[in-house]
Amino acid sequence: MNLVLMVWRQENARTVGHMQRIEAKDISPDMSFLEMLDVVNQRLTVAGQSPITFDHDCREGICGSCGVVINGVPHGPQPGTTTCQLHMRHFRDGQVVVIEPFRARAFPVIRDLMIDRSAFDRVIAAGGFITSPTGSAPDGNAMLVSKGAADAAMDAAACIGCGACVAACPNASAMLFVGAKVSHLGLLPQGRPERWSRVHAMVAAMDAEGFGGCTNYLECTAVCPKNVSPDFIGRLNRDLIGAVFLARPRVASTEAG
Amino acid sequence: MQRLFYDTIKGGDFRAREHNVYRLAEISNQIIDQCVAQGVPFAREYGGQLANRSFGGAQVSRTFYARGQTGQQLLLGSYQALSRQIAAGQVKMFPRTEMLDLVVVDGRACGIVTRDLVSGAIESHAADAVILATGGYSNVFYLSTNAKGCNVTATWRAHKRGAGFANPCFTQIHPTCIPVTGDHQSKLTLMSESLRNDGRVWVPLRPSDQRPPAQIPEAERDYYLERRYPSFGNLVPRDVASRAAKAVCDENRGVGPGGRGVFLDFSDAISRQGEAVVRERYGNLFDMYERITAENPYKVPMRIYPAVHYTMGGLWVDYNLMTTVPGLFVLGEANFSDHGANRLGASALMQGLADGYFIIPYAIGGYLAGSKAGTASTDKPEFGAAKAQVKERANRLLARKGKRTAMSFHRELGKLLWENCGMARTAAGLQQALSRIPELREQFWREVMVPGGPEELNQSLESAGRVGDFLEFSELLCRDALAREESCGGHFRQEYQTPDGEARRDDARFAHVAVWEHRGDGQEPLRHTEPLSFANVHLAQRSYK
Repeated sequence: MNLVLMVWRQENARTVGHMQRIEAKDISPDMSFLEMLDVVNQRLTVAGQSPITFDHDCREGICGSCGVVINGVPHGPQPGTTTCQLHMRHFRDGQVVVIEPFRARAFPVIRDLMIDRSAFDRVIAAGGFITSPTGSAPDGNAMLVSKGAADAAMDAAACIGCGACVAACPNASAMLFVGAKVSHLGLLPQGRPERWSRVHAMVAAMDAEGFGGCTNYLECTAVCPKNVSPDFIGRLNRDLIGAVFLARPRVASTEAG
Repeated sequence: MQRLFYDTIKGGDFRAREHNVYRLAEISNQIIDQCVAQGVPFAREYGGQLANRSFGGAQVSRTFYARGQTGQQLLLGSYQALSRQIAAGQVKMFPRTEMLDLVVVDGRACGIVTRDLVSGAIESHAADAVILATGGYSNVFYLSTNAKGCNVTATWRAHKRGAGFANPCFTQIHPTCIPVTGDHQSKLTLMSESLRNDGRVWVPLRPSDQRPPAQIPEAERDYYLERRYPSFGNLVPRDVASRAAKAVCDENRGVGPGGRGVFLDFSDAISRQGEAVVRERYGNLFDMYERITAENPYKVPMRIYPAVHYTMGGLWVDYNLMTTVPGLFVLGEANFSDHGANRLGASALMQGLADGYFIIPYAIGGYLAGSKAGTASTDKPEFGAAKAQVKERANRLLARKGKRTAMSFHRELGKLLWENCGMARTAAGLQQALSRIPELREQFWREVMVPGGPEELNQSLESAGRVGDFLEFSELLCRDALAREESCGGHFRQEYQTPDGEARRDDARFAHVAVWEHRGDGQEPLRHTEPLSFANVHLAQRSYK
């Protein structure tokens, strides 16, 4: 099939970007979206034009590197699917496909469709962990975890940190991402000692990075490729209230170990 | 533990070091404890204890898991622990940075040269010791289940600076991947091996049977793994399952477009345990399969075919994980140490985490104690020389302005290797590849087209540099496969097989590790050997019947 791509081209974060019209001919419906971009890039290269820069790595929906806004929707039209696993059979012959980077103040464009998501790394570094120096762990079965808690923690841990939630949110809020991590760790007994300090630290880091607040649009869950539940945002809010009343804010434990 | 030790040695077809494998098995429990403490959400029994399941190459349930994404969750656990150290100032992270050379001063590894992938700046980093954990080289085949970014560059450059490369021909082909659909294919998707616990593998009994699977009656199906290996059945190790799939497809009994595929059928599991149980165990994998193929595996059997997945070979390391270059240590898939000629399911993460969490912290001390800390400096002339070489190479790539992209060369190389150095290898095929690779390499350096400049973000340049290294490394891969005149694990030479088509080892001549020494571009590399001795296990022909 033949498509018309409207692709966002931007040299770097300091320059102004623009849309470029690129024809993508003879596209197989069995191609993934990124394979389609590969084909387009090969043709651009041979024609002496600069190929489209985009992030990608595992191409099986688990690394969280890829992700573009396709016709206004982060990761495109198929629910619960990352860009790399979206296949061209979901598009029509002759369709115009608008491709843009994830947009948010906290995610500056590096080039074209590639964005800098290191804000997420800094939010995790602020408290998205359990302090457990290597070599000092107790027996894994010493602390029993109910199947319900383990399953719920796993549901939250499914987040791949792609940032689609931020791109979809009118407020560019990262509450789903932070809620997922706070819930994953807070639901497990291992993560409970740091439950309150973690919430404080991660929410503070999230605000400092320039992510907005949640006003319950729930656009985030609509585009989440891992179908992370909005319940975790509720849990984050409850934990934050708990933290305000039950514990003083303190910097999460950062000693070496 | 004894069982894990023995299974790993046997699974590796007796081509791994016995004491290394013993250590790995010994540490395995601590890894789980550590990961639980980090918050990895392992599956639990109703009583709250950790749940287990069985995995390829094992007849016992001993694998801990987190739905179908155990590896990913273990990675996130490490990432979180690492993030904590970054915040604490213990670790400095260089995201979007690629290592392009190793710097050796007075015979010791003293640092590396990197390229900042965003600015294009070439930088030097001096160090008391260098640790590489840069993964395997499956992507030399172009199509593999590895992430697109995986490459051989760091280990290859270290090899060219003096580190011996061990057993490069030991590559693993994973049996449960989604079949190739066309030339545009950029990677192959792995369906977790856990699927073989409940799925049954079969092909039609008659060649070229085009009927839809539902219309093929039970009597006309060949459950070939259960037939050939009654005691392990669908859970035979990866190399055995992959070769068996290739064999039935070579008999023209493959299914799906192109005939390179076999069925993995869940209908028995669904009727026995109910769809809900199957969904709970494999829901995310089934969804992924449907996204890629547009077929519903709850209704029609999956189609799978083997694909390159893991490389057991890697830089040679001693028991302390140090290479032949003092001060250069290698961890995880990038080294060669524990899996012999074939790796069992669930043991890549086990080895990576064992090396990183529990071995290197103790093993590196001996080296560090023997030298004065903090003496390394980027002022040494070796750093300047390495930087100049790296820059010169990038400029050479950019200057060509030919007609072909690096990706097209990579794809051609991959096809050549898959055909001649893939699941079944012959001396003639390997010789053919060995004569073709240098031609392809020359053509690459003559005709490659790399747009953009050196000092900017340039994905084409990154890719071209890696393809250039694959084009050098692939020759060593084929050379090693040619020199090892036996079949073992993932290395199957058609000349060396038993009458019923199983791998035939030659313990008298090849019970050793082959370690290659680089002697300069254009020079034949030298093959050294490290004999393998076994004090506790008896060398037997692997049997999964």
